[in-house]
Amino acid sequence: MRSLQARYNRDRVMVALLLLGTALAALPLLLLLGYALIEGFTSLNWDFFTKTQKPPGELGGGMAQAIVGTIILNGVGLLLAIPFGLAAGILLSEYPEHPLNPPLRVLSDTLNGMPAILKGLLAYVLIVKPMGGFSGLSGAVALAFIMLPILAKSTESVLRLVPWTIREAGLGLGLPRWRVILSLVFPAARAGVVTGMLLALSRAAGEAAPLLFTAFGNVYMQLNLLQPMDSLPVRLYTYAVSPYDDWHRQAWAAGLVLLALIVLTSLLARWATRGRQ
Amino acid sequence: MIRPEVKTTSGNVHEELPLRMETRGLSVFYGKKAGVREVSLPIYNNRVTALIGPSGCGKTTFLRALNRMHDLTPIARVTGEALLDGQNIYERGVDPVEIRRRVGMVFQKPNPFPTLSVYDNVVSGLKLVGIRHKGLLDEAVERSLTQAALWDEVKDRLRAPSMSLSGGQQQRLCIARALAVQPEVLLMDEPTSALDPISTQSIEDLMSELKKHVTIVIVTHNMQQAARVSDFTGYFLTGELVEFGPTNQIFTNPKDPRTEAYITGRFG
Ligand SMILES: Nc1ncnc2c1ncn2[C@@H]1O[C@H](COP(=O)(O)OP(=O)(O)O)[C@@H](O)[C@H]1O
Ligand SMILES: [Mg+2]
Repeated sequence: MRSLQARYNRDRVMVALLLLGTALAALPLLLLLGYALIEGFTSLNWDFFTKTQKPPGELGGGMAQAIVGTIILNGVGLLLAIPFGLAAGILLSEYPEHPLNPPLRVLSDTLNGMPAILKGLLAYVLIVKPMGGFSGLSGAVALAFIMLPILAKSTESVLRLVPWTIREAGLGLGLPRWRVILSLVFPAARAGVVTGMLLALSRAAGEAAPLLFTAFGNVYMQLNLLQPMDSLPVRLYTYAVSPYDDWHRQAWAAGLVLLALIVLTSLLARWATRGRQ
Repeated sequence: MIRPEVKTTSGNVHEELPLRMETRGLSVFYGKKAGVREVSLPIYNNRVTALIGPSGCGKTTFLRALNRMHDLTPIARVTGEALLDGQNIYERGVDPVEIRRRVGMVFQKPNPFPTLSVYDNVVSGLKLVGIRHKGLLDEAVERSLTQAALWDEVKDRLRAPSMSLSGGQQQRLCIARALAVQPEVLLMDEPTSALDPISTQSIEDLMSELKKHVTIVIVTHNMQQAARVSDFTGYFLTGELVEFGPTNQIFTNPKDPRTEAYITGRFG
């Protein structure tokens, strides 16, 4: 009995340690969130969402152009990445015998391990150089490079989770393989594919480095993809390294809005795929 | 077409029946290991052929060779011939998709498409090749569900999700789905092994009606089931066809002592 009691005690100690560890790990995150909330909220007002930047040193103004820019850059980036990412995921999961399968896997893994700033450089070489200037389009391409391997990986893994019996049933009906994949296997994985898109989006949305020399940034509202375009991370960075207290607070607010945008998107997607799976 | 009745337990009357399929020296290898070896077996038109034998003897392996399902298993290799209406389905240039359209399959575990309704499951084989005509699809749904003895139970909830059906209903839904594309042959791999006795009964009952429209090959490890539903029976043992003949003869007067041992329950 003594040993049983000892085991109970040891169990309690271990659980307590575990909780302590979790709390320690969560602490910086909570501090960050709390600080962002306190600092950011004072700058979060109607102007922040509707106005653009005031001249340096002047109080007030907002980040409308950065909010709109972030939505456009990530939206276009995702649209560019989806066809290639999903196609790659399908090929990786459904066509193991295809000659392009192994090289594609290497490519996807390489792209996945490549630092985001290098993807910016890639977009710079591919788009900015030939076009002769910074543009929203090049930024969207840089973000698409970030999203691509995430989309491919997540699509591959959710397709693999679809039971083999579904494929057999479809093929046994005399349906061509591509038809079985597109109309039967893919829909069964829909919710997972959407989750993968969110993952890709939330990873790309926070990146400043690859946008610095592609989309560049803009203090004015710009909807034309061929012109330099602003984004929340770039604006956050610019304001954070500025000497102005008001801009520092706005940088925190930008972080908050970025976070809120990501949470909002994921709630929307969850709602859109509700009732499935 | 004239369909001579097979009532005899002796003689070769069944050899007068028209063939729908036939295998000649058919072997299936998984890597180096043979799953079935040198099987030659006739499959008569509008008859039920049962394949029996102990677990692991190659029944499923043989069945899947009849509509080229092994194409999907990278390590599987088929040699010999499987004829459908006189044509070897393993010949160069034969499209396996076309073969599977003509030779349908019902699997051991019910596998309706989970994302589709009852209605869409039945017509999936038609809709997904581009047939959109509503009248045609409606008609196929009623015909196939009736043939699968499921129409009365689901006619008021055709739009319900397929997964809301019971296990036995799901299996009959899979039968209806296979019938909707009007195959010439229906392969059934232990279609009732996952079902309760009442569902099993309803599927056995529909087979005698079904064989008027389609030639059936059924794998079963249940000998009573083979005796009840089939016209011909093949007995498999360790990858080889030991004996084939009219079901009556196999069960009352087996020629091979190994068949007799299995039938009388002395092993297996
Ligand atoms: N995909 C496979 N890979 C390797 N061996 C297999 C595979 N499928 C079946 N086998 C082997 O082939 C033999 C026959 O199996 P199977 O046809 O499933 O028998 P049954 O349906 O009569 O129970 C068994 O020895 C089994 O282990
Ligand atoms: Mg089997």
